[in-house]
Amino acid sequence: MSLNTSDIRADFPIFRRKINNNPLIYFDNAATTQKPRQVIESIKNFYENHNANVHRAIHTLSQEATELHENARGKIAQFINSKSSEEIIFSRGTTEAINLIAYSWGLKNLKKNDEILISEMEHHSNIVPWELISKRKECIVNYARVNNDGTLNFEDFKNKISKKTKIVSISHVSNVVGIVNEIKKIGKIAHENNSLILVDGAQSVPHMKVDVRDLDIDFLAFSGHKMLGPTGIGALYCKKEHYENMDPFQGGGEMIKEVNFNMKTQKSECVWNEPPWKFEAGTPNICGSIGLMEAVKYLNQIGMDKVWNHEKKLTKYTFDRLQECKKITIHGSLDVSLKCGIIPFSFQGLSSHDVALFADNFGIMIRSGYHCAQPLHQVFNLKSSARVSFYIYNTLEEIDRFVEVLREIEHF
Amino acid sequence: MLKLSDYVARIEETCGKEKSAIVTFKYSKKTEIINKILERAQLKRSIAGIIYELSFKGKSFRLYSSGKAIFKDVKKKEILSNILKELLL
Ligand SMILES: Cc1ncc(COP(=O)(O)O)c(C=O)c1O
Repeated sequence: MSLNTSDIRADFPIFRRKINNNPLIYFDNAATTQKPRQVIESIKNFYENHNANVHRAIHTLSQEATELHENARGKIAQFINSKSSEEIIFSRGTTEAINLIAYSWGLKNLKKNDEILISEMEHHSNIVPWELISKRKECIVNYARVNNDGTLNFEDFKNKISKKTKIVSISHVSNVVGIVNEIKKIGKIAHENNSLILVDGAQSVPHMKVDVRDLDIDFLAFSGHKMLGPTGIGALYCKKEHYENMDPFQGGGEMIKEVNFNMKTQKSECVWNEPPWKFEAGTPNICGSIGLMEAVKYLNQIGMDKVWNHEKKLTKYTFDRLQECKKITIHGSLDVSLKCGIIPFSFQGLSSHDVALFADNFGIMIRSGYHCAQPLHQVFNLKSSARVSFYIYNTLEEIDRFVEVLREIEHF
Repeated sequence: MLKLSDYVARIEETCGKEKSAIVTFKYSKKTEIINKILERAQLKRSIAGIIYELSFKGKSFRLYSSGKAIFKDVKKKEILSNILKELLL
């Protein structure tokens, strides 16, 4: 059974919009996704009916807000098949989740000359935190190479991992080429070397069934806004056993149980809250978690297998149709079995920004530039690239229209 | 007296190896702006009134009918501001 895109599209108010007098075609889903009315309504409903701070007061509204916020944690835990909601730390998104591990775990556990293994295909948010930590702890960041087709060079990965490697931090799906990494295999090798594995799930959790127990990973970071949820909310899955080796990320309310002030010495002694709250300082993004819970419900209702198959179908169709455009080069593998719905390409004689602006004239939103992954563009020797990326509401007809527009630009 | 900010909503530097600047013009003045630019700059080619490839004082750029322009290899913001002033004011 395939997805019913017309029913789905009816749930997304933004598709009523026209851009430059054209129906909106949104192909920038790897950057962020559109929001269904169920998610929008849940946020509105929270502010209209339940708004209060969480975990703080015993009045009705606070109890309701706390229940909604903690239910969201549970729903997200189930979505990735985590053992319990205690393994879910709310964050602002993938970036903050990776930073949390780099600081909370990294500062405590990394020592001089230890190694961190990432890859050349990483998003800047899975490069920069490690480069920052490595400077502070005098350790080394190694980059596993990427093959010409955008796949991970497994031989190089195996050569670069050793007993010195303390953490492998790698994307599940590349946000530039859409290649799906074999996380189970990578994680097994990491564990054989006594290394932990952090998976950047920003481009996988929204698009496929991700099961943290089956993958046997230690940490998983992902963003709500890339999976129909609101911006400013994301999650970090953290295998419970690692909590004892992690210090708080930030200090403040929520993450603390007691702050015992000694009047004589004028010093405070702090007792941390239990995890996951130990890692969530300050008032959390309550409407964010509620919106994300609604997004998860929406995706569950469709079924992640259907989401995945739909995107595969769109990708295959785009590959076939783009062959008609003589001036287009698709980057990375054309083997749909290795990929999800992210397609980077270049247009002979035009910069990626020109292509994006041209498409914009016809109401088609595509991304141009480095997509926050400059190293991979350097490896591919590209000044920048244009990128289309799909989600549940995209259709074959939209791809037809996109190809029609590209053919138009070929005359230029 | 009219100022550049009456016409220009935003100037953004693109990411990518070539440093380009994307100029987004005020949507409400889009038609006036496009007409002015087409009058003052030299048209090299165009497709169906959607993209115009133009040149002005030795600087090539592309103007889009959606009210945006892309200037390649802009080293300094002031140089771009001066070109825009001459084109629009
Ligand atoms: C693979 C990957 N990792 C990390 C991120 C960062 O996500 P966020 O900006 O939501 O923190 C992105 C966003 O594009 C991404 O694609």
